[in-house]
Amino acid sequence: MDFNDTPSEASFRKEVREWLQRNVPTKDELKGLTEIQQCKLWQRRKSDAGWACIRWPEKYGGRNASAIEQVIWQQEESKYDLPLGIFDIGIGMAAPTLMHWGTDQQRQKHLPQLASGEHIWCQLFSEPIAGSDLAGIRSRAIQEGDVWVVNGQKIWTSGAHYSDFGIIVVRTDPTVPKHEGLTYFFVDMKSLGIDVKPIKQISGSSNFNEVFFQNVKIPDANRLGAVGQGWKVSITTLMNERAALGTGDGGVAFKNVFELASQLMIEDRPAIDDSQVRSALANWYCQESGLRYTGYRALTALSRGETPGPEHSISKLVGASKIQDMASFALDLLEMAGSLSTSEQARYFDTFLNSPGFRVAGGTDEIMLNILAERVLGLPQEVRIDKGIPFNEVPTSS
Amino acid sequence: MNFEFSKEQDLLREQARAFLTQHCPTTVVRKILEGNDPFDRDLWRKIAELGWQATVIPEEYGGLGLTYYELAVIAEELGRALAPTPFSSSVYLASELLLRDGSPGQRERWLPKLANGETIGTLAFVEDLGRSTPRNIQTIARNGKISGRKIAVTDGDVADFVIVLVMSDKGNGTSLYCVESKEFSYEIVDSIDPTRSHATLEFNRAYGELIGTDGYGWETMNAVFDRAAILIAWEQVGGTESTLAQATEYAKSRYAFGRPIGSFQAIKYKLANMYVKHTLARSNCYYGTWTLAGGHADLPLAAATCRVSAIQAYYYATKENIQTHGGMGFTWEFDCQLYYRRAKLLALNLGSEHWWQDRLITAHEQRNKVA
Ligand SMILES: Cc1cc2nc3c(=O)[nH]c(=O)nc-3n(C[C@H](O)[C@H](O)[C@H](O)COP(=O)(O)OP(=O)(O)OC[C@H]3O[C@@H](n4cnc5c(N)ncnc54)[C@H](O)[C@@H]3O)c2cc1C
Repeated sequence: MDFNDTPSEASFRKEVREWLQRNVPTKDELKGLTEIQQCKLWQRRKSDAGWACIRWPEKYGGRNASAIEQVIWQQEESKYDLPLGIFDIGIGMAAPTLMHWGTDQQRQKHLPQLASGEHIWCQLFSEPIAGSDLAGIRSRAIQEGDVWVVNGQKIWTSGAHYSDFGIIVVRTDPTVPKHEGLTYFFVDMKSLGIDVKPIKQISGSSNFNEVFFQNVKIPDANRLGAVGQGWKVSITTLMNERAALGTGDGGVAFKNVFELASQLMIEDRPAIDDSQVRSALANWYCQESGLRYTGYRALTALSRGETPGPEHSISKLVGASKIQDMASFALDLLEMAGSLSTSEQARYFDTFLNSPGFRVAGGTDEIMLNILAERVLGLPQEVRIDKGIPFNEVPTSS
Repeated sequence: MNFEFSKEQDLLREQARAFLTQHCPTTVVRKILEGNDPFDRDLWRKIAELGWQATVIPEEYGGLGLTYYELAVIAEELGRALAPTPFSSSVYLASELLLRDGSPGQRERWLPKLANGETIGTLAFVEDLGRSTPRNIQTIARNGKISGRKIAVTDGDVADFVIVLVMSDKGNGTSLYCVESKEFSYEIVDSIDPTRSHATLEFNRAYGELIGTDGYGWETMNAVFDRAAILIAWEQVGGTESTLAQATEYAKSRYAFGRPIGSFQAIKYKLANMYVKHTLARSNCYYGTWTLAGGHADLPLAAATCRVSAIQAYYYATKENIQTHGGMGFTWEFDCQLYYRRAKLLALNLGSEHWWQDRLITAHEQRNKVA
């Protein structure tokens, strides 16, 4: 065990640092650009220099880096406040699924454009009828020669309004039990018949959408995995989603609340001297550090097999509530002023409103607990009314 | 960077676990709980033959000169097995204190015998209800003679010597003195976990030998607490995992309403939450052990992190394990109580969770000052 760099890791870190120092975009460079343009600029710059998606094989735009090198890269890159968000789904979820299930041709065609930031991808999984019960989706695809014709509706699709491609699960056979009748594709978002309508969120902004499909043609060449194998392919995506979602701090980390508590006063003393404040902060520190090292420990496993296991549900489960609770606690420290969106501490205000979504997106807290209990601890499954029944005979709410 | 124990360390873990499964099943733990022996002497002798007490003691003092990674592995297994021995007192506290702060003479005198298990040492600092501080110590050293009373001394009845926190007569503050058992009287007291013995010690002009520098007793003791906190956290993590295994096993086999209780979400979530808390505590222990093994400056922060998360994980697991077992969990008969008792004892014996939360933030403040 050694949490320090080996000499070769240290020299890699040095190389990363030097490159970042020279290449991180300046405020001036980013001025006047939309968030998407900013993200694309940075991704492009990394990709041109061989620093995008460094774990990927070179032929797909990576540099064959090790899992540890990937961590070093992330540690160094995260020291800067960089525009990154929009590639999470494409690079973090769609790409690993392509890597695992795609044909050579599919990979060669799409992975380099993901790495360079040329294409943004979204995830068309959830539907009005089914979110947690993802295998209960109803969007229907019927094969007509070389294409599949899709009708139905997706919902909560983050970034659909600016995405070039989407990964999508649809029902190709409603007469078999629900997990067996699904097939997985990727779809060009500019296809005829796709209609994207933004949905306004709690925070007032609109990052996710409803996406309607009317006779949308998806070439069979865009299929990942066999017909009827869509559930299995989705699992690859979801496992990577949970591993990816857990790593961010969603705008509020221990260090932010610690600093805030050091600056603000309670009565005549710094808030940080209050024993309740200290206890609460200590607990979050324990969680944050526990998650960090749990992630590190998982590295070895990740560098052996490609798909992160169900134990990764921890990072999202713990991380999401932690962020929500820290934001709420920070607003309490601000007292009445915490209720104002104009406060210079708007970070906590924003996170308070955004964090409920972290506990739902990518599998709810409850689903994460189910996964840990059933897949990791091996506890028996819930009684399932729909088990083994043809999908079109399963009772539903509408 | 490498975040795994080595192959050799994993092998040691397997051996330790196999050994304790054979020689320390919970029936052995119960013998101490229900009988009059203060600890399992037979087990103590056997683990001494394996050299566990000698793990990090240098070879020049008859030790094995191994690293804290090996000691962490052993601590986890002892915790998992609820081993009824004075290991933590003698190894994590007394040996560590002498290793760090003993004079060459003191080390030569005690370490070889601590290493082979012939001698048991412990530490005595508590005097009253509530939190001990460097200001409320009443025991005094006057010209090398100790007078006062210490309570809740783990293994105080079986220790051959005890390191006592006293107020120095020179007005310097607190100091640590090593006092041999023939110099004090003791009275055995019941503790929340009778598988570990406790005593009240009376010192009446007892002869003692100063350890370290006069006036630095509190600091020295706390530096050793940081180290011990990481090792005890491993015992807690081992105990938590064992508790989770017991709960999982029961939840799969006990039926109610025509199905295993483990298929009810309310039970599932308890167990999943145990798993989560256990995993976070364990991961913190990895980092903590690295700071301990390498003498890293982050040790105090890492130690408090290990301790707080391990206390919380073990408490949660043991109380919800009883709940998972229903009425059965509340019986003397079932082993749930053994873990519940041990969890609380370990949560108290180096100072409470609340105190360590405070230490964590203090350590963080100090790290920021340095940076
Ligand atoms: C900010 C945000 C972004 C999102 N982005 C995307 C995206 O890009 N692409 C996409 O496809 N989807 C996206 N989603 C959708 C998300 O995956 C779903 O909202 C989520 O899986 C929950 O599904 P649902 O909303 O249908 O809730 P439901 O499944 O109806 O759940 C409602 C409640 O019931 C509970 N519940 C359901 N089943 C169980 C069970 N078996 N055991 C215990 N409790 C249960 C849930 O935990 C929840 O509390 C996003 C959601 C949010 C909030």
